[in-house]
Amino acid sequence: MDDGQEHSARAGSGSAVPSLTRVRTRRSAGEQAIKGLLACAAVLSVLTTTGIVITLITESSKFFGEVPFGDFFFGRDWEPLAGGNSQSFGVAPLIWSTLYLTLIALIVAIPLGLGVGVYLAEYATPRVRKIFKPIVELLAGIPTIVFGYFALTFFTPLLKDQLGIDLQVFNGLSGGIILGILVLPTIASVSEDAMSAVPQSLREGAFGLGAAKWQVVVRVVFPAALSGIVAALVLGASRAIGETVVILVASGNNPNLTFDLTVAHQNMAAFIANVARSDVSAGSVAYATIFAVGTTLFVMTFLLNLVAIRFVRKYRQVYE
Amino acid sequence: MAVAETEITRKVVERASSGARTKDLLFRASLLLCLFVAVLFLGVLIVDVAIDGVPLITPDFLTNFPSRLFPEDSGIRPALIGTLYLMLLCAAFIVPIGVAAAVYLEEYADPNRWYNRLIEVNIQNLASVPSVVYGILGLAFIVRGPIDIWGLGEGSPTLLAGALTLGLLVLPVVIIVSREAIRAVPPSIREGSLALGATKWQTIWKMVLPGSVAGIATGVILALSRAIGETAPLILVGAIAFRLTDPTIDGQFSALPIAIFQAAGEPRPEFQILAAGAIVVLLAVLLLMNSVAIFLRNRYEQKW
Repeated sequence: MDDGQEHSARAGSGSAVPSLTRVRTRRSAGEQAIKGLLACAAVLSVLTTTGIVITLITESSKFFGEVPFGDFFFGRDWEPLAGGNSQSFGVAPLIWSTLYLTLIALIVAIPLGLGVGVYLAEYATPRVRKIFKPIVELLAGIPTIVFGYFALTFFTPLLKDQLGIDLQVFNGLSGGIILGILVLPTIASVSEDAMSAVPQSLREGAFGLGAAKWQVVVRVVFPAALSGIVAALVLGASRAIGETVVILVASGNNPNLTFDLTVAHQNMAAFIANVARSDVSAGSVAYATIFAVGTTLFVMTFLLNLVAIRFVRKYRQVYE
Repeated sequence: MAVAETEITRKVVERASSGARTKDLLFRASLLLCLFVAVLFLGVLIVDVAIDGVPLITPDFLTNFPSRLFPEDSGIRPALIGTLYLMLLCAAFIVPIGVAAAVYLEEYADPNRWYNRLIEVNIQNLASVPSVVYGILGLAFIVRGPIDIWGLGEGSPTLLAGALTLGLLVLPVVIIVSREAIRAVPPSIREGSLALGATKWQTIWKMVLPGSVAGIATGVILALSRAIGETAPLILVGAIAFRLTDPTIDGQFSALPIAIFQAAGEPRPEFQILAAGAIVVLLAVLLLMNSVAIFLRNRYEQKW
């Protein structure tokens, strides 16, 4: 099938018995070369991953040559940029702030995103869908730096002045909520896809048994699309964990091991960007924290993505 | 009599389900509320940025270099030029490689081979690696590392390094969308071509690619619009906001997101508001690109 055009050797040169082995012609050699070139392009993506992994491992190993493992993972003071003896490398506050901001984002994004997803998949008429789907996609296409600017110059003052919340200029609350708005489209569109993939017959069966529309949605469609919906949430979480500029612009430059959202919080990605733009000299331990923190972030998002891919595959297998 | 009976049944059914109907209404209303909140945020964001930013857009704002002293003289020239350069270089990098990879995976690769499956899973995974991690790769591998192309930057950040980093970042998008476009070309087209004696590559080059060019172009534009909106990788790679000369490919550079980032962090409000101006320009560029994508899709999309 694959090589239709190379079906047989052009019967062996002059010999009486036609040879059944392939003869390489210039044409087929050219075809092979092209296939090889194309394959190289595809392999580049694997090299990218390899490059990331090699970079992270070699540079982090330099970091862990200077800072013991235990100090990094179990220490509770994070002062990598401080001078001299007051430097300390306990990553706990950074991880806490990252997860806490992600949690806030998900508290905002899960109900809103699923609500939008359910509405577009189950309730919207084709016309309404045609209007609102591009709007949700538009929200997904706005650069994250714009969300950061919005959080800092509009949303924080709004929370502070109109709602009277006693916020610092850089705070976790505003950054976290806007981070939620940022991941809303991811959750909405992946969950909508999952629910649209549920076969119509399931809905009709439920209606036939006398269920109301909301019952059909909540008790039939939603459970049937569950693996896709879980994938949507995991993808959303993975985006929120890895987001840089919203937090960098709106939530300040130090992580905080606290539940208090009115103060600054910094996630891992924002920390990395912050070190990179400050004038830390290459080769110093402070510079090496970029890679140690980067490795931690990469591993966390990688695991989440594996889970998400698995769930997506599951719902595709069931209904397609 | 039959009529009376249905009438009664209808009433019974209605009474029984009136509770359900209220719930249905409530459920529907709360879903609409979610949609409303999402659209509201988008609307407020755009209006807020437009109110601050649109009055700033003057020819001077587009063509002046940035200034730390006089906000009214400050412009985004190097950032705008930098972004356009990044876009062109990035396109030159991702179009051939992305399309080649997509052609390989769709037309040649045997999905049962482990290495082809590895490539696929890998591309899926790469699509959701945080952008800051690509920045780390760009910093350590392209700017300082083994593939500092032709020693151009000698360890210092260059526009080319920025473009390559962004290219690697959006390559998975190009590959995924191009594959879909190629898959949409029906097998009968290929079979017809092969039956006429064309080789596999001739079939791809003359039949499959022309048939999927609209989808591929859309994917490339989507990828580029993601690339030029990225901030984190450029911070890592070392783009700087204050440049007083035009960017060159082998020199330091600025870009719109970097200019926005820098201005947004300004403590002085009269400088901070410049971010809104740069945002309006960036959003205008993105809007233009997306309009082109929609136009291409409508104009050239093949119906089989």
